[in-house]
Amino acid sequence: MTQLIDKPPAKELPNEQLIELLRKMMLIRRFETKAAEMYAKQKIAGFLHLYNGEEAVAVGAISALNDDDQLLTHYRDHGHALARGVEPGRIMAELFGKETGVSGGRGGSMHLFDTEKSFMGGYAIVCGHLPLACGLALANQRLKNGRIVICFFGDGAVNEGEFHESLNLAAVWKLPVIFMCENNFYGMGTDIRRVSAVIEIYKRAAAYAMPSKQVDGMNVLEMYGETLKAAERVRAGEGPSFLEAICFRYRGHSMADPEAYRDRGQTERWRELDPIITFRKTLTEDGVIDEGAFQTLEAEVEDIVNEAVRFAEESPVPQLEELYTHVYKEDS
Amino acid sequence: MAEMSFRGALRLTLQEELQADENVILMGEDIGAYGGSYSVTKGLFDEFGPERVMDTPISESVVVGAGIGAAMGGLRPIVELMTINFSLLALDQIVNNAAKLSYMSAGQIHVPMVIRMASGAGSQLSSQHSQSLEGWYAHIPGIKVVVPYTPRDARGLLKTAFNEQNPVIFIEHTALYARKGEVPDEDYAIPFGQAEVMREGADVTLIGYSGSVYQTLGAADILEEAGREADVINLRTLRPLDVDTIVASVRKTHRAVVIEDDWKFGGFAGEIAAIIMEEAFDDLDGPVARVCGADVPMPYAKALEQSALPNPQQIADAALALF
Amino acid sequence: MISEVVMPQMGADMEEGTIIKWLKNEGDKVDRGEIIAEIETDKANVEIEAFDGGVFRRTLAGEGDTVDVGTIIAIIADAGDDLSAYENGATKQAATPAQKAPSEPAKKPAPKAAGKEPAKAIAQPAPASSDGRVRASPVARRLAQEHSVDLTAISGTGPDGRIVKRDVEAAMAGSTPAQTSPAAGATTTIEMSKMRQTIARRMSQSKREAPHYYITVDIDMTEAERLRRQLNDAVEDYPRVSVNDMIVRAAAISLARHLMFNSLFVDEQVQQHSDINVCIAIALDEGLIAPAILDTANKTLGEIADASRDLAGRAKSGALKPAEYTGGTFTVSNVGMFGVEGLIAIIQPPQTAILGVGGVRTTPVVRDGRIETADLMKTALSADHRVTDGAQGAQFLNEIRRLLESPASLLV
Repeated sequence: MTQLIDKPPAKELPNEQLIELLRKMMLIRRFETKAAEMYAKQKIAGFLHLYNGEEAVAVGAISALNDDDQLLTHYRDHGHALARGVEPGRIMAELFGKETGVSGGRGGSMHLFDTEKSFMGGYAIVCGHLPLACGLALANQRLKNGRIVICFFGDGAVNEGEFHESLNLAAVWKLPVIFMCENNFYGMGTDIRRVSAVIEIYKRAAAYAMPSKQVDGMNVLEMYGETLKAAERVRAGEGPSFLEAICFRYRGHSMADPEAYRDRGQTERWRELDPIITFRKTLTEDGVIDEGAFQTLEAEVEDIVNEAVRFAEESPVPQLEELYTHVYKEDS
Repeated sequence: MAEMSFRGALRLTLQEELQADENVILMGEDIGAYGGSYSVTKGLFDEFGPERVMDTPISESVVVGAGIGAAMGGLRPIVELMTINFSLLALDQIVNNAAKLSYMSAGQIHVPMVIRMASGAGSQLSSQHSQSLEGWYAHIPGIKVVVPYTPRDARGLLKTAFNEQNPVIFIEHTALYARKGEVPDEDYAIPFGQAEVMREGADVTLIGYSGSVYQTLGAADILEEAGREADVINLRTLRPLDVDTIVASVRKTHRAVVIEDDWKFGGFAGEIAAIIMEEAFDDLDGPVARVCGADVPMPYAKALEQSALPNPQQIADAALALF
Repeated sequence: MISEVVMPQMGADMEEGTIIKWLKNEGDKVDRGEIIAEIETDKANVEIEAFDGGVFRRTLAGEGDTVDVGTIIAIIADAGDDLSAYENGATKQAATPAQKAPSEPAKKPAPKAAGKEPAKAIAQPAPASSDGRVRASPVARRLAQEHSVDLTAISGTGPDGRIVKRDVEAAMAGSTPAQTSPAAGATTTIEMSKMRQTIARRMSQSKREAPHYYITVDIDMTEAERLRRQLNDAVEDYPRVSVNDMIVRAAAISLARHLMFNSLFVDEQVQQHSDINVCIAIALDEGLIAPAILDTANKTLGEIADASRDLAGRAKSGALKPAEYTGGTFTVSNVGMFGVEGLIAIIQPPQTAILGVGGVRTTPVVRDGRIETADLMKTALSADHRVTDGAQGAQFLNEIRRLLESPASLLV
């Protein structure tokens, strides 16, 4: 059901909520760095895609929504799960392939699910989840439950046929969905300029008569504010909205990516816009936090992440006799 | 008992479900104002309106994907894909999402939806409109594949599909739409995984499904004239597959012929043959025979098309060769 | 705090890495996240970072070394930490990865799990013989049939008690009195031609199923030879007649009078035929074939001679008609041309009799108390005892003899 507390505009956010935005970004950063370590140490296998650098997008956007608004995302999904409040220990346990993982060890890094948090999953076929977002929005529309859907995807998704099919259907049926494109300029290792005829992705939404806007994805408050505005329109039944968050991932596409396709200086320049450093600076200048408070937050996220690793380490591996469980829902 | 066409049995069932549950919606290309490419949904648009019987853009992938999302969100969507040939544009949604979500989410998500599609050849529609790809879908764990033959099957199996918690691929052979048959008056459902023995005989087991059951029954008549009695099995569902009925029949007859319109190479008939080999090896008096469609894209010319599809004489010959 | 630096996994398919360069010297201070080395994987060169801060105390693998993923390559620790545990041996494996493969494969619930609801029970294997059928593999069945092994008398050692090839072979070995010692020298396995395989199968079947009895008699061919020469020398436009043509003619006439020998044995039934189609055995390079001269009884000697030559020609060129393959009711097999005395032949199933014929030889005979010479020919009738008995066989064969010894009747 719709959350009762209205979300205040960005500039009216109370201090504790501002600190919470910072804390969540710090948690994601620390979690992802730890995940990289655990991958290097072979505790985590498969593909591991990290969100370092893009924290403001997930934290800003998701904080602007109600907790029961459904969220779907791509395979770089830890940040969105953490921003939505999915338990870090159960995420780490999933990465470790443990029974206690959010997906019971069946999904791994790319397929986190926590429906109790309306976190409807990480999807690993590029653009394959946009149609699902339309369907969830259709259900909300018909059930008149006041919920909206947010769907995160990367710049790599916008040249898939399903992107256009989904935007068209959402627009023609006025579905309550926010399409949130995280434009970090690289689809895996390919520069967007080399493969996209129109690189200002938000302009593509115009083809479907959909309100759209480019947003600073390195600025958590801007992400919060613009998402909030989009959500209000969508929730009011005016149809879908489209946001293009300009951002940058610091690490390679996955752990296996040596980043031969881009020069290091580019990453260093983006690091100067680091969403955590800049937001901390803003909050410090505004007197919301001081050095001590920041140290406390650091220690706090450090503990949470260490605890998540401990939980994952100590959790049992899935039972082999459960191999066939959940292929189908058994008839009740 | 009422006599009803296959199409009419489907329409009646859809109508009842739309009446019974507000959350049931139909989605598909030209199913509303136009009345459905094969007229299955004719009249439902007028009765239930555009919000329940939804005409979609020609965007198979998002239509199926939206169906999956709607099911995740609490609706009971029935998606019509016009034909199985067009379902290939939605394969990503069916295979990567519908079939996987329950498992990948460790049971947090279920996809109670039905995807209806016409299948089969025989109407001189050439290569892109004449495929029988249901065996492909049966290959995928996580979905169920329903292949009715009689109007009674159509109604009883669609009822069950409505009560399913899992994605169901519901195959409607185009040659069957106009065929009539007895349909019980009372409310009934046919459980998945229960084949029907259409005709009993002790000498050979003929296994068919969907449209091919018709040719198979014809073959049984020819065999009778030749002094051989056939068990004719209408599978009704490919997944789950009624292995028990197949094996029990083969244990009795010691001979089996599998019939399907689809191509033989890599097809579902081969799966059935393999299962018989695994489960009833010692009961066989000879190799399991297969009578399938010719290994060609379907041609347009009538004589060519007919020669590319199994016919009763071919099936009977394959059976007689086992004696 | 001691932090082990391991050769990192940098992708799902990476197994080992090479240290290109250490960027820290022993004793240097290290911050968390700082780059400490460059390594090379089979895909690319990558930098590795410190996951913990401290003092870069020790390198355990040198530049240029290639080590497995997970191998400890350096130690970062506080200045006072005791590192004696790392002194022996340059490297060692770090802790076992968390996600090692399960030691036992998961049990699939049931063969039909793919389709069935999981709750359904596993299909029970069929009882050893569900309806009295013997559980035997196809190859075991074939082998048993070929060697007359009774499958119901042996037990199987295959899965679920199935009789498999080795069981039939064991049964065959057990029934052989003594194992013959293998022949010295090289053994060549000759692949059997299709025709050879057919002969093997059919002759085995005949000897196994048809109880043969044999009647032999010497036929005086003096008169027959005289007639043959007359026909061939004196009568113009008459086809060249062979001894065999005369035998076939005699057999056809005799068969018409003793129709029991013109029977087939099919499905435990005797089918007596009124049409008489005598087969003649023709030796080909690849084996033997015995096509039928159709409607032999209604053919004159000359017509038989023509038909016989035509048949031999077409048999060699492979142009026989199906009815000639399959329509025979009796066979004459003549090996006289090879200069041998006689032949005791095996019946061609489903026929029930065959006449084996040897060469015509001038032999002393006692006639009216005097020793004379005569042109004698040894014949042997092999007949199926299920259909006829010895007395009938004797009468049938005597009729043939009478006809050949008074050969004018062959021209009628």
